[in-house]
Amino acid sequence: MAEPIVTYQDVHKSFGDVEVLKGIDLDIYPAEKVAVIGPSGSGKTTIIRLLMTLEQPTAGDIIVDGRNLWKMEKNGKWVHANENHLRSIRGDIGMVFQHFNLFPHMTILENCMTAPIHVKNEEKNDVKKRSIEMLERVGLGDKLDNYPSQLSGGQKQRVAMARALVMRPKIMLFDEVTSALDPELVGEVLNVIRDIAENDDMAMVLVTHEMDFALDIADKVLFLDEGVIAEQGTASEVIEHSENPRVQSFLQRFRG
Amino acid sequence: MKEVLTISAIFEIAPQLWRGVQITVSILIASALFAYAMSFIAGLCRLSNNFLLRKLTGFYVELFRGTSLIVQLFWLYYAVPMLFGINLGSNWWIGVIAIGLNYGAYLSEVVRSSILSVSQGQYEAATALNMSSFQRMRFIIFPQAVRMMLPEFGNYTIQILKGTSLVSLIGLTDILYYGDVMRSTSLSLSPLIYLTALIFYFILALPLIFLTRKAEKIAKKGAAS
Repeated sequence: MAEPIVTYQDVHKSFGDVEVLKGIDLDIYPAEKVAVIGPSGSGKTTIIRLLMTLEQPTAGDIIVDGRNLWKMEKNGKWVHANENHLRSIRGDIGMVFQHFNLFPHMTILENCMTAPIHVKNEEKNDVKKRSIEMLERVGLGDKLDNYPSQLSGGQKQRVAMARALVMRPKIMLFDEVTSALDPELVGEVLNVIRDIAENDDMAMVLVTHEMDFALDIADKVLFLDEGVIAEQGTASEVIEHSENPRVQSFLQRFRG
Repeated sequence: MKEVLTISAIFEIAPQLWRGVQITVSILIASALFAYAMSFIAGLCRLSNNFLLRKLTGFYVELFRGTSLIVQLFWLYYAVPMLFGINLGSNWWIGVIAIGLNYGAYLSEVVRSSILSVSQGQYEAATALNMSSFQRMRFIIFPQAVRMMLPEFGNYTIQILKGTSLVSLIGLTDILYYGDVMRSTSLSLSPLIYLTALIFYFILALPLIFLTRKAEKIAKKGAAS
């Protein structure tokens, strides 16, 4: 197998006195689809927020494509990463949020176009063409000029995915992207994720409560419990055949 | 008979008061623009990472919010030239500066709180798209914050219009000044003079009221999905 694109080395994260992650070691390979499951409060979301640079680890290293994300070398010493260093790596990573976080003052086309034009300095017409293609792909080609407030939750989440994809990340992070949706809208969003997983070659990390979906698309499933990876393996190993009592009790509670 | 008298009296009073409209409107426009500029400067300074800058602007804001406009006006007009030998210019300029600084202090709080009320998720989405902190402010936070500010800016502009009537106290010839002059010569007309002045101010406020309504609609459309 190729070199991992992301490596966590003994990563810890505390919020005040509460240690949320207690030493995470993890490799993510290019094009690998990783599902992160576990009880709420187990630190699932924190794992991907550290990678998106939305939170800073308390200890440990995260290596992205050979570069240390949160530390940089300066005059022969390792110092805390500054904004420029973070930006030089962050461009490889995209994220979709639980609450969509679309920009309400922009049309959905503008939502997709702003970052490629201003952050990556790409040519406007190229970006527009690509954004329209991407919005068509997620089934919203007829809503280009609508504002987010005119869309349903499922449509908003599909725009959020198109917006992240237009940036062409190497790693896509999905933070419980169906949790804020009405049940009847979950399917349309999962279909888009499935489409991305099957047709794009980026690595994906999904924090999710959709066990059947995880089983279906994930190459690797992590079961997180109280800040440590309690179990990891293929989807069927973790979800169907785990002997770990914590995994079993979690799945039991989950499936009622 | 009395109604006819009243109406003809108003027609007599109105042209006199009209002579003050130019000063009232020019002070309104200049001090409003000055207040807007101050509000953005002070509002952004109060959000700065620089401790000294934050404290200094905080002091300015609390000082001007916590004391009365008319005393500030007298300070700039009478006390500052006497104590420090600084001449701030004509009384027109002093009126503009005092009103601008006073309402700039109030409006800076509107600017500050609007920027703070843009949700954390917006910062995070912009970060996830690898925007720099400047781009985040310029494309995402600021446009949303400004939409939220608009209605309050409209309200305060109406307040500024009313605040301009104080400049007659430092000798500026605004609407109220001419009203006061007329009253001193024909005391019996007092009720009608001030009624006419009220009508003048109200008519001047109408476009501002209209704009504020419009701003509220824009704010509703642009913010939070």
